[in-house]
Amino acid sequence: MQFGLFKSIFNPSHDAAKPVNGFATEENPLLNVLAQLNVGSILATVRPFLAQLPDSFWMPSQASSKAAEVDTVFYVIYWISVFFFAIIVGLMALFIVRYRSRRQGERAPDSPNHSLALEITWTAIPVIISIAIFVLGFQSFMNIATPPRNSYEILVTGQKWQWFFEYPNGFVTSELHVPEDQPVKLTMTSEDVIHSLWIPAFRVKKDVVPGRYTRTWFEAQEPGTYPLLCTEYCGTGHSDMLSVVTVHKSGTFEQWLEESANIYDTIPPAEAGELLVQRSGCVQCHSLDGSPNIGPTFVDLYGYEQQLTDGRVVIADENYIRTSILEPMTDLVAGYEPVMPTYAGKLKDKEITYIISYLKSASDRGPSEEESAEAETEDPAAQDPDAASATEEE
Amino acid sequence: MSTATGNAHEGRHELAHYFDSTRQQFESHKLAMWLFLCTEILMFGGLFCAYAIYRANHPEIFLYAHTLLDKNLGAINTIVLLFSSFTMAWAVRAAMLGQRRLLVGLLVVTLLCGFGFMGIKGIEYSHKWKHGFLWGEQFDYTEAVAYASGKGHGDDHAAETGHEGAHADDEAAIHTEVPAATAGDEDAAAVMAELDQAAAVTMDHGHDAERIPRNLHIFFGIYFVMTGLHGIHVLAGMGMLTWLIVRASRGDFGVRNYTAVDLGGLYWHIVDLIWIFLFPLLYLIH
Amino acid sequence: MSTGATTTVDHVDGHDHHEGNYLTAGRGLRSWLFTLDHKRIGVMYLGTILFAFLLGGIFALLVRTELLTPQQTIMSADDYNRMFTLHGAIMTFLFIIPGIPAALGNFILPLMLGAKDVALPRLNLASYHIYVIGSLMAVASILAGGVDTGWTFYTPYSTTTNGAVILVTLSVFVLGFSSIFTGINFIVTVHRMRPAGMGWFQMPLMLWALYATAIIQVLATPVLAITVLLIIAERALGIGIFDPALGGDPVLFQHFFWFYSHPAVYIMILPAMGVISELVAIFSRKPIFGYKAIAYSSIAIAVFSFLVWGHHMFVSGQSELAVVIFSALTFSVSIPSAVKVFNWLSTMYRGAIRLETPMVYALVFIFLFGIGGLTGLFLASLATDVHLHDSYFVVAHFHYTMMGGTMIAFLAGIYHWWPKMFGKMFSQKWGNIGAIVIFVGFNVTFFSQFVMGAKGMPRRYFNYPPEFEIYHVMSSIGSYVLAIGLFIAAGVLVHSLIAGKKAPVNPWGGATLEWQAASPPIHHNFDSPLLLTNPYDYTAQRWDEAEQGYVPVDPEKEPQTT
Repeated sequence: MQFGLFKSIFNPSHDAAKPVNGFATEENPLLNVLAQLNVGSILATVRPFLAQLPDSFWMPSQASSKAAEVDTVFYVIYWISVFFFAIIVGLMALFIVRYRSRRQGERAPDSPNHSLALEITWTAIPVIISIAIFVLGFQSFMNIATPPRNSYEILVTGQKWQWFFEYPNGFVTSELHVPEDQPVKLTMTSEDVIHSLWIPAFRVKKDVVPGRYTRTWFEAQEPGTYPLLCTEYCGTGHSDMLSVVTVHKSGTFEQWLEESANIYDTIPPAEAGELLVQRSGCVQCHSLDGSPNIGPTFVDLYGYEQQLTDGRVVIADENYIRTSILEPMTDLVAGYEPVMPTYAGKLKDKEITYIISYLKSASDRGPSEEESAEAETEDPAAQDPDAASATEEE
Repeated sequence: MSTATGNAHEGRHELAHYFDSTRQQFESHKLAMWLFLCTEILMFGGLFCAYAIYRANHPEIFLYAHTLLDKNLGAINTIVLLFSSFTMAWAVRAAMLGQRRLLVGLLVVTLLCGFGFMGIKGIEYSHKWKHGFLWGEQFDYTEAVAYASGKGHGDDHAAETGHEGAHADDEAAIHTEVPAATAGDEDAAAVMAELDQAAAVTMDHGHDAERIPRNLHIFFGIYFVMTGLHGIHVLAGMGMLTWLIVRASRGDFGVRNYTAVDLGGLYWHIVDLIWIFLFPLLYLIH
Repeated sequence: MSTGATTTVDHVDGHDHHEGNYLTAGRGLRSWLFTLDHKRIGVMYLGTILFAFLLGGIFALLVRTELLTPQQTIMSADDYNRMFTLHGAIMTFLFIIPGIPAALGNFILPLMLGAKDVALPRLNLASYHIYVIGSLMAVASILAGGVDTGWTFYTPYSTTTNGAVILVTLSVFVLGFSSIFTGINFIVTVHRMRPAGMGWFQMPLMLWALYATAIIQVLATPVLAITVLLIIAERALGIGIFDPALGGDPVLFQHFFWFYSHPAVYIMILPAMGVISELVAIFSRKPIFGYKAIAYSSIAIAVFSFLVWGHHMFVSGQSELAVVIFSALTFSVSIPSAVKVFNWLSTMYRGAIRLETPMVYALVFIFLFGIGGLTGLFLASLATDVHLHDSYFVVAHFHYTMMGGTMIAFLAGIYHWWPKMFGKMFSQKWGNIGAIVIFVGFNVTFFSQFVMGAKGMPRRYFNYPPEFEIYHVMSSIGSYVLAIGLFIAAGVLVHSLIAGKKAPVNPWGGATLEWQAASPPIHHNFDSPLLLTNPYDYTAQRWDEAEQGYVPVDPEKEPQTT
């Protein structure tokens, strides 16, 4: 019975037009798409069935306006692929079972070794489907390629192996914070090698290239926290170049930004410092629990002697820490690679002072409680003039 | 099938066992050579693409930097190579006609042209080296300014006036910041030193962007890679010519066996042809 | 050109003349290392390439073992980076690119043409020597500090990182020459050495595939050569062309690199398709369906392959217009590939399908290449590629095409021509068991990678978020099964060399000319006049029980001509 169908497929003299037409009817929506280039309607038709899944078998949860669009294209291609794969493997399995020869030397019965109609058919159908998939992908791409005019702009800098996000008020974080339901445009560049910013839940990705600016945008739709990753291989810490995006509920983002930008002035310096080392990406390479990492740990660093690569031994005092932050290659601790980027221009003098306060508090050779309280109040003032002149010399 | 027939007039005629006829063998070798030349063209094609992209993106670099090259030496080299191509073509003809002494003579002339070309190239390179017109960080901007001012570009009015204005600025700068430099000294060396200083100053302060485009070294990076790779090909061609001369004087070639000379000629022509493109693209920019 | 009917070989040609086959003609290491015989060069290539495959495979297993846990398992991040770089570089440049053309192609191409050798045997030997030198340089780089750039050498990372980058890129440059020489040789041989009576459309499809491959090798490899030279110049001299700090353009490198490396993908898959076209026809005992369509599709793939490199750079920041054009062109490559698959299926229709080991591999190929090809659609489509780019989805996709495609076809080809190469049969039962274990292991290894890639797992990650652990563990276990399968496959061949039954002249009933040579062939390939037939006409032969192979049907009475 079922072989009758295949016979008709492979013997066009029977009725070649029938299966072809049957196929065309089955895929009619796609052909319509092609004819009218009206992708919007098909997307609207299938979306309710495909794109409501929070975290499907194939895709992570959808948290941006682009996600549903991308997933719809994904699943359209997916089902086309499954359909064709089933045909290919189904026919293959069928032929193996049906036409298997168990005796050596058996001859196949004569059958035509080419058929123009059939070959044109199976060239034309993939051509049409390819064009349809291209148009689908292209339209979605164009829909999501151009950022709207009213986008909120955040400057992104990638460097080995961390991200910096600078908001319009000059505040910098190592985790991305964005408002809900508001287009956000990322203008990105790299300090060293090529990185690539990927937020799977938003379905956005763009390379971050040194010496030029690249752009991407998205509109977050679900408040929450999502992974943000580097996907262009960039060396030792490539897989640690992770961060998160926090989507703030509508209306709460501005408040967060305001508070965060001023937070260091409202809490004790050592706590501000701890917050800073976490937010500035120091902890990617320097642990806070004493374990070794790409760089020396921050625990018991202050006040201890450091063996440097050039043989000198120095005490890790305030000046040493400041130099290490601004000119990391000057005093390299022995046993570590010279990979730390400079933070000149990224941390304000006041912030460096807070970090020093934190390192003091994390070391058993730091000043005692009373002393440290005293030092904390004095330090910023004492350091500032010195720091200012140092910056000028550079 | 026939094997070696050692006749001086005919040349040593060798037919490899896997070929059916001399014609088949000759055509196979010739096709292989053409394919090899295709790969050469594609290899240089990559560099020509890099050239086109950078020139399209930074026309000012190329317009300025080409004035630092010596057009005359480039032109002489073009003539030398063209002449060598002529003698090479004639040599192939001589080989086909079995004129052994003429063949050797023409190959020697071609080889001498190769030496001539490399010699002139060497003079050009040493000149660039002396002035620091090199690639990447090796490039010496101070020297570039000094050189440009020393030569002056009479034909480039805009650059001239730009230079005048800048010079006035520089004088002032020198008076204030570098009192040691004696302004008004007529001694040529002192003028050069002064201009060096001036250039350094203008570079630091970043005015005068018109006069010295940024990233001039890009041009020289491309210049050295292209001419360097071409030079290596000329050297390889000279090695090949030497080998041909040895074989020709031994009497290996003749009316029935001149494949090696023919293929060598093809290679030499392609090297020549690449230079024909390099010369205007690098030296004659408008 | 003389007729295809070659007289008994008896030339004075500078070669020592020996009795027996090409394996016994000439003894000692020198007679192998400096041979001009295309068959010996092919066999040496085969040995070296399989060794490279073993090395690359060991690196792959180490990488998979490291990824068993989300944090460090057996090595440091830097070692891991060197490991996957070497895995990629060795598998690409030492194994898959030369694999089928240089090893099988060298052996089979002149035989299929009924020729005594390739047109340029010295160039052929030079190609092998250069390949060995290049490979040794690549291996030496491991001792010289390793390389951690990834096999793609993206600037400016590759120009700033430590390690033996110059050595490895130089080795790629050297290997490129080997590839070009093989390509030139094949083109010239196909053009000039076809016997009288074999027009272009009487050639076996394997030759069409090798010819199309050779065109890509000759046209694309020089661009890679100049690209790696520029990397070397950048590292050694600081030439600045790719260095953004000096006003250079790092993305230009990617254009250069993929202008070669995308066509290189078809250098890998085209000869594999050629092998499958031969095998499907022979083991279905039926002429290949749509000969001309398959032949033309090989050339079409070769041409299209040069127009699509930009699809590796959809998120690199190139202009939207360029992205759209490259996406459209990329879909064009899928058409000839689809045509081939449909033609293979129709060849099987109403055939007399023999499930011999080579055919089992060919079927595995169609299954895996089907998945590899179809997942390419996701990556060619713009909206989805932005999400999937540089994720494990891409890793899975190219392993399905490169390993599931080319490597499987390579194994199929080795099994198919093994009796001709060494004159020994192998255990079909164990051959088939090996194929099935490989099939299972392969799918477990790489299908899980599709899922984790789509869900957000980037490639080249040493540490990874714990939610992906289950997929990674599955993938690693699959890779061990795959390795076991490959060892079974290798064991079958080793056993055949030691204890295999003597192979008949034509064990599978092939109609191409190599099956008229002895197994193994004599030094000059053919000792009796050739009978030029349609390469896919299987009616002129019958199974001979005594011979345990196929013999011509009474050639005296009715000589088959084309």
